[in-house]
Amino acid sequence: MFQQLVFYLFTGVLIISAIGVVTVRNPIYAALCLILAFFSSSAIWLLSGAEFLGIVLVLVYVGAVMVLFLFVIMLLDLNLDLLKEGFIRYLPIGLGAAFIVTLEMILVLNMPAFKISQPLASLPANNTEALGKILYTDYAYPFEIAAVILLLAIVAAIVLTLRRRTDTKLQNISEQIQVSRHDRLRLIKMQAEK
Amino acid sequence: MNIAIALPEIFLTIAICLSLLIEPFLPTDKRRLISYLLIQTCLIITTLLVINTFPADKAWGLNNLYVRDDLGSLLKISILLVTMLAFVYARQYLQEKGLWKNEFFILILFSVLGMLVIASANHLLLIYLGLELLALALYALVAFSRDDSRATEAAMKYFVLGAIASGMLLYGISILYGITRGQLELSAIASYLSTQEVLNNIPLLFALVFIVGGIAFKFGTVPFHMWAPDVYQGAPTAVTLFLASVPKLAAFAMLMRVLGESLGAAQSGWSQLLLVMGLLSVTVGNLLAIAQFNLKRMFAYSTIAHMGFVLLAAMTGTLEGYSAGLFYTIIYALTSVGSFAILILLSHQGLDAETLNDLKGLNERHPWYAFLMLLLLFSMAGIPPMVGFYAKFSVIQAMLNTGYLWPAVFVVLMSVVGEFYYLRAIKMMYFDQPEKHPPQITYPMDFQIALTANGLLVLFLGLLPTGLIELCTQALVASLP
Repeated sequence: MFQQLVFYLFTGVLIISAIGVVTVRNPIYAALCLILAFFSSSAIWLLSGAEFLGIVLVLVYVGAVMVLFLFVIMLLDLNLDLLKEGFIRYLPIGLGAAFIVTLEMILVLNMPAFKISQPLASLPANNTEALGKILYTDYAYPFEIAAVILLLAIVAAIVLTLRRRTDTKLQNISEQIQVSRHDRLRLIKMQAEK
Repeated sequence: MNIAIALPEIFLTIAICLSLLIEPFLPTDKRRLISYLLIQTCLIITTLLVINTFPADKAWGLNNLYVRDDLGSLLKISILLVTMLAFVYARQYLQEKGLWKNEFFILILFSVLGMLVIASANHLLLIYLGLELLALALYALVAFSRDDSRATEAAMKYFVLGAIASGMLLYGISILYGITRGQLELSAIASYLSTQEVLNNIPLLFALVFIVGGIAFKFGTVPFHMWAPDVYQGAPTAVTLFLASVPKLAAFAMLMRVLGESLGAAQSGWSQLLLVMGLLSVTVGNLLAIAQFNLKRMFAYSTIAHMGFVLLAAMTGTLEGYSAGLFYTIIYALTSVGSFAILILLSHQGLDAETLNDLKGLNERHPWYAFLMLLLLFSMAGIPPMVGFYAKFSVIQAMLNTGYLWPAVFVVLMSVVGEFYYLRAIKMMYFDQPEKHPPQITYPMDFQIALTANGLLVLFLGLLPTGLIELCTQALVASLP
């Protein structure tokens, strides 16, 4: 009973915040609504016992992706009002697309492959642990290769973006201290002026 | 688990991490040279580790995700050796262009690691991860000269098309995962397929189309060839040199692992695809190469034609065909790395040698390099006694032995068309007067020795090809189920 109550609470918040994402005028509010939607759906996952997915959703999407989104919105100072001008005009097409997607999903999800009443394998008590076990033992090799890909991504990103700017007036103190007479002064022999 | 089976890969990974760490602490004036020498040493040690287990029984490890067989080892040895050559050739060019950074070598080592992973993968997941590791490093390398707008454009094109190709491959893999009820291990897929009627299994054929598409993109064969000319032209020559030669060996490894081994029972399904793509590649590559005045673009189209040959060899689905394909790919990598080295040699004072005009009168300036280029171009054209002739010959023989008479005739005709642009380049080197007088080229000793060895090897293997052909056949006999 209590679980159902919590489920409906989070589902309600999820739906309202999801509507908010597309209707709110201020892009910052929209991003914050999206964060709320992620939180609510991660709570729903936690309720249904998929705690790993719930945690990952918060860590990856809220912790990293949304922060990046907010940065981009704030840095670019987008005026989304212009983008939202035709909201009413595009509404029928949008609703039509949404209707077709819903219809397709109903058709697909009614297929026998998705109608599983009994879980195929017994549910692990702790699915983070179960995932970790399989990832770090059976699939340790692909896991390491994936880690190497991330390392490569870091190296490649730095190679392509790091540049030494020559026009900055940054002081290099050790260089300034170590300067000697020969670097700055030049003695020139010349005939005495008469 | 048997972790020790992956010793070369583990060593290379550790070497990459260490060289990233060590480089900043080296003395500033000799930093580049020392890290370059360290990296070459790492490659030599990795090669020795692979050679150490070269003729060996097939063995599995790392929870059946890794397979060590002679096919994989032979491909790994060729990948590592050609990479070493590429490093020797690239050094001077990078120095002159102000691109000599440790990261260039590190990125190439990453992609080499990806290729080694592909060469000994026993699981589709690893094929994909290796491919991504290889491809991501290559995207960054193409954009390595980041202030050059052409390089950036080429990198963007390569990245977008490469991402689409990866997506196609993944889509095919996911369908395969579905129809085999959750199998991704290559041998498990093979045993599932042996109970199927391939040509009536529509989902299987559907998956095959996407997987073949993903592989063909790596080869750069028609109709997935669009990226090749632009990327070859836009990338710095030192990168093109690597890009044009070594990844083709990895693409062949992928072809053998995925189509040859695991989908071998579905040969009737994919052979038609490869036949059409191979014939189209040979046609388009050879015809369009004639129209190219830019040398890099000409080599790009010639690569397309060469890779068509490899697909046609694999298409036969016989041991003879696979062996011919393996031989062809190794020879192609060796020849193309050499001919791009000549392009590097001709580029001077930061200006790339790009057009056919730069070849004019090479014989007067540098008779020896002109002779080496002659050997390499003859080999590419398939003129005996160069080794390229035997490569083409064995492919055509494999086709004839499986009854593909007319495709073989067509391929021979197209090769004759292809002779034209190779011979035109040779004519320009020997009989034309140079338009301008570029400065005398002085290149370091290691470059000269490597290039001479490379050119003479093409001649030597052409005179005595049986050793390498035997090696390829034996490796395949020991590896295929």
